[in-house]
Amino acid sequence: MKVDELSTITAAFQGIKERAESRWQKLWHSGQPVILVGTATCGRAAGSLEVLQTLRDEVKKQSLECQVIEVGCMGYCYTEPIVIISKPGYPSIAYGHVNPVIAERLIKEFILGDNPCLEFVIGALEKNEFVPSFSEFPRAEYEQKIILKNCGYIDPEQIDHFIASGGYEALVKVLGMPPEEIIDEVKKSELRGRGGAGFPTGEKWEICRHSRGRPKYVICNGDEGDPGAFMDRTILESDPHSVLEGMVIAAYAVGARYGYIYVRAEYPLAVYRVQVALRQARELKLLGKNILGSNFSFDIELFQGSGAFVCGEETSLITSIEGNPGIPHHRPPYPAVSGLYGKPTLINNVKTLTYIRHIIENGAKWFAAIGTEGSKGTAVFALAGKVVNTGLTEVPMGTTLRQVIFDVGSGIPGGKCFKAVQIGGPSGGCLPESALYLPIDFDSLSKAGAMMGSGGIVVLDEDDCMVEMAHYFLEFTQWESCGQCTFCRLGTKQMLEALGEITKGKGKIEDIDMLAELAEDIKAGSLCGLGKTAPNSVLSTLRYFRDEYEAHVKEGRCPALMCQELIAYYILPKKCERSCDACVGTCTVEAISPNKDRIKVIDKEKCVKCNTCLVACPLQYNAIVKFSPPDQVPASR
Amino acid sequence: MTKEQVNHIQETRRILKQFSRKRGNLIPILQEVQGKLGYLPREAMLVIAGFLGIPAIDVYGVVTFYNQFRLNPPGKHSIRVCLGTACHMKGGYIALDAWKRRLDIDSGETTPDREFDLDTVACVGCCTMAPVTVVDDKPQAQVEPTKVDGILLSFELEKEKASKENL
Repeated sequence: MKVDELSTITAAFQGIKERAESRWQKLWHSGQPVILVGTATCGRAAGSLEVLQTLRDEVKKQSLECQVIEVGCMGYCYTEPIVIISKPGYPSIAYGHVNPVIAERLIKEFILGDNPCLEFVIGALEKNEFVPSFSEFPRAEYEQKIILKNCGYIDPEQIDHFIASGGYEALVKVLGMPPEEIIDEVKKSELRGRGGAGFPTGEKWEICRHSRGRPKYVICNGDEGDPGAFMDRTILESDPHSVLEGMVIAAYAVGARYGYIYVRAEYPLAVYRVQVALRQARELKLLGKNILGSNFSFDIELFQGSGAFVCGEETSLITSIEGNPGIPHHRPPYPAVSGLYGKPTLINNVKTLTYIRHIIENGAKWFAAIGTEGSKGTAVFALAGKVVNTGLTEVPMGTTLRQVIFDVGSGIPGGKCFKAVQIGGPSGGCLPESALYLPIDFDSLSKAGAMMGSGGIVVLDEDDCMVEMAHYFLEFTQWESCGQCTFCRLGTKQMLEALGEITKGKGKIEDIDMLAELAEDIKAGSLCGLGKTAPNSVLSTLRYFRDEYEAHVKEGRCPALMCQELIAYYILPKKCERSCDACVGTCTVEAISPNKDRIKVIDKEKCVKCNTCLVACPLQYNAIVKFSPPDQVPASR
Repeated sequence: MTKEQVNHIQETRRILKQFSRKRGNLIPILQEVQGKLGYLPREAMLVIAGFLGIPAIDVYGVVTFYNQFRLNPPGKHSIRVCLGTACHMKGGYIALDAWKRRLDIDSGETTPDREFDLDTVACVGCCTMAPVTVVDDKPQAQVEPTKVDGILLSFELEKEKASKENL
């Protein structure tokens, strides 16, 4: 690149940056309070939009000089809706479980008065004298936020916020570098694809760079279909520009002209925020023709996935963009050689692309120093299921599962026992307690029978039945199978039927071996990752929890008291309180009525086993129990 | 041809004006048309096939492959029960049972009065709010059988209120 072209780029960006920074300064240092409300999907589900409305109404009503802005998700989803208030003279304080009533109080007592309402505080953003900060939380010792750093702190719909926090600087830097040097840097960082398979990113870029064929494409794979995973969604909703910046850098490195960002239609907010981000980037010439006045042109189109899990597989994602049913192809040729419309196509996951700007800015050495021998950098996990601190976390590779679940996630709620952890979604597997010492990286997890997948961690406790769990995942993959390969199409169906019989207590002992055998055949006989990994849930549960399968088959008993056909609800007459009617009122099918002694009795014929009564029964009586097998229930009087 | 069908064709043609005749536009077109009509009626699919110059079976193939597209008219309110892993573990299947019981329809169906349609969704990514049901595009947290009744009741009250105001 010529020197004068480089100076045009730098000058163009300087102007953009100065404007962004002055707006950022004005927001934070004008002496007025700033209120941030987390309105990513998780916040909205918890009611953050009502909180936002209340705050705006109050600010207007009291005619306050105070900015209320929307931000993404900080990852502390268990305490949504979250509101952060930054008032001059105080540290920035985050409040959790905010509802409209609390929001009103915050305005009246903290913004107007001087009471920071400490009873609702989760933590402060920076270290200070009187409120514990997030960096002092026990979990902070294990976390290291790289790609989640901006999430929850900037307004995703304002490009200025992103630029003021250092955004698009990596892009300016690479525009002055030869593409080979960028690829070299990414290779040296040893970044591996975060979509699941863990292919070295730099190598992929190099193959694409050297492939003939024009035009080349860059695709960002945001078809996060794993049930139980939501980190791509969070990044797209909270910090969309960091993904776009990664894409533009990738395009420059491989020599691509067009790009697609493929987002699931089930994520309407992510779709919307990406659209806004694309528009803003184009306005500032960070995207489109002659980016920042250079000779490099690249534009991105948003493509909405239409709800097919198999489209997370790269070849079927490409067929889907071409307007066909998303059926995978044989590889090789890999998309990097022949992909979209037969042209070289670089396809990377959302998280992989988000790492790029950090690697360019901080250098490959910095990145390669984090993590383990074969897996560098951090891993982003979505913690869900039976764990106290549900939400997102980012930890260095090599952190153990125990640390993630018990130290970051604060363990199992309700004093229950840990039973298993399901990693990697339907393609992954269930690992027992003995695997908790395992360091999390690409290789050790696959050895144990699970996989990193895209990073969903679902914690299971003593109330979760492993056979049911395997049935659930297989049901999912069976339904999502595209039907191309016979083993995947018919084999998973056979396995599902056998599992279904087992959960109903009608299984035969030879079914268990048949499942294991068929599972191996399906793995061998399927073309794409979906079929190859579909039986993993069954294989891993068989490997670690075979006794549960046997209890179902031999005794017709579900040890976890979960399989509906194998349980019955019963009210212990000795514990039932005569004056209490909690269960009668809540029963959704009117199956509970008092007998002549006013002891409540469940009508087994009517009961739909919805668990409502068990939850409703006051703790001090705790009279409702589940029995398995169902014939254990004593005859009612 | 019924009046409704004519209307569908006109709406579809109007939407097609924004698109070029590229095969790659098929899915975006279908999404747009479904967004407008609520589903993909036969006549709309035929118009789209003609527009793109592809056999109607190709359009039908794409529509039936992807979970997002529907061939039946939707209800006034859409109920999507999330059956992601986290929701499943926390009783999403129990919530689905409750919806089925209350609405007296199966998943994928619309109530005869076209008030509600019930469907499942793989995961809406609100795993921490499990079990989630998306009611009219708004994810509702912790939807257990009692909350199902509560949501339905609120719709009923709304309807009552509206009919009173109309009097």
